[in-house]
Amino acid sequence: MEITLFKKLAAAAFIAGGCIAGAAQAQTLQVSIEIPRLNVAEYHKPYVAVWLEDEARKATQIAVWYDLEMRNNEGKKWLKDLRQWWRRGGRSLDVPVDGITSATYGPGEHALDVVIAESDLAKLAPGKYRLRVEAAREVGGRELVEIPLTWPLEKSSLPLSAKGEEELGSIRIAMLP
Amino acid sequence: MKKMTLANLLLAGVITAGIAMQAQAHRAWILPSSTVLSGDDPYVTFDAAVSNTIFFPDHVALGADAVTAIAPNGEKVALENAARGKYRTTFDVQLKEKGTYKIGLASSGLRAFWKDDEGNRKMWPGRGQQANDADFATAVPKNAKELRVSQSSRRIETFVTAGEPSDTVLKPEGVGLELVPVTHPNDLYAGEAAKFKLLIDGEPAKGADVVLIPGGSRYRDNQDEIKVKADTAGLFSVTWPSAGQYFMEAEYEDNKAKAPATVRSASYAATFEVLPM
Repeated sequence: MEITLFKKLAAAAFIAGGCIAGAAQAQTLQVSIEIPRLNVAEYHKPYVAVWLEDEARKATQIAVWYDLEMRNNEGKKWLKDLRQWWRRGGRSLDVPVDGITSATYGPGEHALDVVIAESDLAKLAPGKYRLRVEAAREVGGRELVEIPLTWPLEKSSLPLSAKGEEELGSIRIAMLP
Repeated sequence: MKKMTLANLLLAGVITAGIAMQAQAHRAWILPSSTVLSGDDPYVTFDAAVSNTIFFPDHVALGADAVTAIAPNGEKVALENAARGKYRTTFDVQLKEKGTYKIGLASSGLRAFWKDDEGNRKMWPGRGQQANDADFATAVPKNAKELRVSQSSRRIETFVTAGEPSDTVLKPEGVGLELVPVTHPNDLYAGEAAKFKLLIDGEPAKGADVVLIPGGSRYRDNQDEIKVKADTAGLFSVTWPSAGQYFMEAEYEDNKAKAPATVRSASYAATFEVLPM
């Protein structure tokens, strides 16, 4: 299985973390997202959004994969198709956002590494949350998979996982050492 | 009093009966191709028609002349590519600014119905005509038989949003029957309750009758109407049973008209898109 790591943030963190030490600061949340290989006549890589939602449905953005390469930012036109994400903050986001947006990915397992101390996750109040992963594919379907969790994450409870049925495969939450 | 032409909208049914309720058979609507948009300067294309079946053009086109599109900053924006077909009118609006746009038309004015000495039905303004209230004195004989004068208004609207929803275009004008959304009209989801307020000339439209009909009625046996009544504050709420386009129509009538009218009647229609959760 093809594995792609989004290490832009993570790499920086490892270096920084290594110098400062302090395990807490270097904590990295890893969300693995499997994009299934679909046997369809016309395949486009899905748009995917990942966010953490509290009980009042307030969203903390983690990642958005969309078509960044289209001429005149045409790719942004389809962001609304991630319709839950769009409602939960996508529409107020001025994309692209450093550390959050990136290009779409094809079938395979993709790991999203977020250094907690360097992201909005560091500001989260302890409590109940849902990690939500939404995928929408051009001329295809849409799927929303969610994993309930308690923040801060208890290492003993990890990994947490869930599985989509159509547009998303298995979703897994882990904490990198 | 604010006035816009309604030439092609006023159907025989509305005028002869003088009660907007009678127009139920034909419904005027403006249907956006989408209501929630992302990206830079997106376009929305609209269909506008008067039809028997919701969102299925089968009767007459609704002229675009009287339609205005209001941008989030309150300014009018041009309708592009307006074209009138036999059964529907189409036009495009580009959403250059982020926020919520209101697209619609409104009219209000006096109407009179009476019988002449020979017993023939008369009405003013004439069918399909737009009258000026100032002509009332000369156009309508005050001692005519069965004279009925109404102060009537009509409004047809829909809303579309680029990016984040905004509220500027939702402010009421204080004329006729108006909808003041408590729940934003571009933030409607199946299974969720939406709350709206109806105003008549700026005051709560107590007891206004509201009917909501999901689109696609052509492909089912029933209208699946949702009937609601506005409370004393003009408020009503609806829990959307399923996703899709909805046609809403509200009717209001009372005897608080300004002379020479004795009846105040008003109708409001809107198209809403409800998204799946």
